[in-house]
Amino acid sequence: MNLHFEAAGIKKVFNRRTVFENVSFSLNSGEILLITGRNGSGKSTLVKIVSDVLSPTEGKVIVREGERTLTDSRSSLLGLVSPYLQLYDEFSAEENLWYTIALRGKIPDIVHIRSLLKRVFLLNRKDDPVRTYSSGMKQRLKYAFALAHSPHILVLDEPTSNLDTEGTAMVKEIMNEHRDSGILIVATNDLSDVDRFDIQVDLNVAAHA
Amino acid sequence: MSRPMHNAEQWLRSALSIFKKDWHSEMRTRYAISALLMFVVTTISIMVFALGSESAPADVLSGMLWVVIFFAAMSGLARTFVAEEERGTSMTLQLLATPSAIYFGKLLFNLVLVTGVNALTVLLYTIFLAGFVVKTYSIFIWTIALGSIGLAASSTIIAAIIAKANTKGTLYPVLSFPILLPLLLTCINATRLATEGAFLSESFGEFQFLISYVVVVITASAILFEYIWKD
Repeated sequence: MNLHFEAAGIKKVFNRRTVFENVSFSLNSGEILLITGRNGSGKSTLVKIVSDVLSPTEGKVIVREGERTLTDSRSSLLGLVSPYLQLYDEFSAEENLWYTIALRGKIPDIVHIRSLLKRVFLLNRKDDPVRTYSSGMKQRLKYAFALAHSPHILVLDEPTSNLDTEGTAMVKEIMNEHRDSGILIVATNDLSDVDRFDIQVDLNVAAHA
Repeated sequence: MSRPMHNAEQWLRSALSIFKKDWHSEMRTRYAISALLMFVVTTISIMVFALGSESAPADVLSGMLWVVIFFAAMSGLARTFVAEEERGTSMTLQLLATPSAIYFGKLLFNLVLVTGVNALTVLLYTIFLAGFVVKTYSIFIWTIALGSIGLAASSTIIAAIIAKANTKGTLYPVLSFPILLPLLLTCINATRLATEGAFLSESFGEFQFLISYVVVVITASAILFEYIWKD
């Protein structure tokens, strides 16, 4: 799948406060976008707009495959990991992933679910309710959640937050694999999170103080 | 032809999974069911003690039945959306399913919940309130069935609206009352006809209204839900 991801003239206003404006970029498969900016500059807001869970005040985001504009929801192409994304605390990790796939209208495959849990080092805790997990374990589960439908676009907001050395290495491995096959969008202030990037959006420039 | 069919199947599976997830979650937390059952049992107990050996007229008891049903629904049906907002899982759900699948999955959950609670309410009501005697069961069963669907349809869309507000608890009955008033008045009238022993044909006007209400509310909700749900 060869995708072209384009954001044109994105502006976001909350109440009367303009968070950022005129944010534009375009990406092709195999490229990495780095979103940086100080606290409050709107990194997470831009990530939400890119992920189609928040509408921009102005501008648009388009995904194309060749000449064809994909009109379906971007969420079917996209996996998101972010601090404000919450999973269901009353369910176990396995149940969460089961519903993650079922809610997309697909038939869940338990072998696939367990391979995802193994990948994020949570297989031995697969039956425990998520409310008993530490914040680092919850962050690992979010990676399994994001990768469950093998998305072409991976969006990571603060990718290594709450993770230990093993978790950080796991994230690096996922990012390395994904940048070869798909589009990677990373929002962070910690530049050690990314080895390389093709395009940078610095929201300190686009942001309104 | 195969793609729309595939999409329809996927949509249906998604909507049913939302119902299944909510049911699974409810069975584990028992938040809405506990609230609904406690309200029904408490209210009917208070009515029984208040009436004592006195017997209220059938038309008054018909009205009171729907008062119990309305407030019981208000105490539990908002949970389906409020819980998603409180746990911060709304965004997760947005990423996983289309707004229409979410709406119909949640509607199905509320419908099952309200139908079960209404069945229990009617059972307790007929056992403990001796003055409430149904003479035309066909009218009564249709009224409870259509009333439950109407109540679930309105409550679901209002729950989606108030889930975004800060004062969820007080806003829900306040916002629901004007929208549910035509439904409640028609249900009260049809229940009165059932207790008076009217023929089924005499209540066709009420049924026509209830069916129209259900169709209008579900259609409008399906169209508007995406705008309420997103942002």
